Amino acid sequence: MRTHALSTPLTALAASELRSGDVAYLTGFLLAGREPAHRRLLEDLERGTPPVDLEGAVIYYVGPSPMTPQRPIGAAGPSSAWRMDPYTPSLLEAGVRATIGKGARGPEVREAMRLHGAVYLAATGGAGALLSLCVREVSLAAYPELGPEALHLLRVEKFPVTVVNDPRGGELYAAPDLDAALRG
Amino acid sequence: MRVIPSQSVEDAVAGLCVTANRHLPPDVRRAFLHRQAAESPLGRGALRQLLDNAELAGQLGLPLCQDCGLAVFFVEHGEDVRVEGLPVREAVNRGMVRGYREGYLRKSTCDPFTRDNPGDNSPAVVHFDMVPGDTLRISMMVQGASAEYSRAAMLDPALGAEGVREFVIRGVAEACRGVCAPMVAGLGVGGSFEWASLAAARALLRPLDRENPDPFLAGLEESLTQAVNRLGVGPLGLGGATTCLGVSALAAPCHPGTLPVALAIQCHSARRGQVTL
Repeated sequence: MRTHALSTPLTALAASELRSGDVAYLTGFLLAGREPAHRRLLEDLERGTPPVDLEGAVIYYVGPSPMTPQRPIGAAGPSSAWRMDPYTPSLLEAGVRATIGKGARGPEVREAMRLHGAVYLAATGGAGALLSLCVREVSLAAYPELGPEALHLLRVEKFPVTVVNDPRGGELYAAPDLDAALRG
Repeated sequence: MRVIPSQSVEDAVAGLCVTANRHLPPDVRRAFLHRQAAESPLGRGALRQLLDNAELAGQLGLPLCQDCGLAVFFVEHGEDVRVEGLPVREAVNRGMVRGYREGYLRKSTCDPFTRDNPGDNSPAVVHFDMVPGDTLRISMMVQGASAEYSRAAMLDPALGAEGVREFVIRGVAEACRGVCAPMVAGLGVGGSFEWASLAAARALLRPLDRENPDPFLAGLEESLTQAVNRLGVGPLGLGGATTCLGVSALAAPCHPGTLPVALAIQCHSARRGQVTL
């Protein structure tokens, strides 16, 4: 297990050095969005007019709790990543180099990561307050009409993640050992 | 007959929603501390983050998790109590709506078909029990999406305890897809189909370090916890010895032709709280 300090945009070189099981701290900008923002992004990509530069972009799957008067964002832990699987290969092809969520990705996404040199990173599910503290600023990136599900830009400092899938096909999540549990 | 104004119920519920969402139950915190030693550096790191998260949530006035879930209440209504003003269910719902608004909690409820979200988390899910006495006890559980990996089944009675065991192990393994392990598992066995489901949820209200008063169930809980922990999923799915913080079971007699069983899953933070009026 190695520890990396990463910044955005995430270069192909920086991504290629990550291995599943490594820990990393991200500083820079994360695009934040879930299904509705992903659907719109894909539509815009098809038209050739993405609203933001996707080269080296890092997408964080998050639906924060409401903002309090004192903070730029509410609790902001990761959403389940599989929900975004149908949209992810096209976005990786368009230059997105990392995605952040919780839970395993499907085979198509893993294959697309290998093909495009991208990584999947896990943030700690349920650590909403802790992760919120790493978010310094929030702004709107695109699709204001989607309200809380719009595409946002988060400026983060030392956002803690674990590398789940690396560009070489490494996978951190093991399947539950049903045999061991049932046998004992 | 003791009289409690419905406003008191509303106020208590509003406060309960905020504290249950912001504060890790003390028994869960102790379980995280206790399990750290058994984990790899990654698993220990994850448990450390959850402990830090609990401290920060209180300090920052933020919920532990952005998924503030469905608000589920168990009301034990003393037979010598009369609530004056609004019906109890309505008072609980009003308190919940206020607590979720004033506590900056995320509103989750949506129409099952259209998925439209009314934006106030209503209606609260409220279960009532009439009990002897002159108090009103309200327990709350915050059920995020990872709680929805829960399941119920009618097993072939011939499968017996072994069938229940396999049902629990397979159910927890499936729940780990959501990766908010280590889970807490509530188990309802017997009764009727709907009794088992409610009992599984209600079992989750028992603190992790309070032993089951029924020695048979206490033994079952212990052996199920050990079996489930051999799944090796570990904290946040990073691999390791702690896939489940504990199993909590309730059982009741059932029809000889049936074996109802239900598994209620809670995420690692097992958010809950209780207030007695």
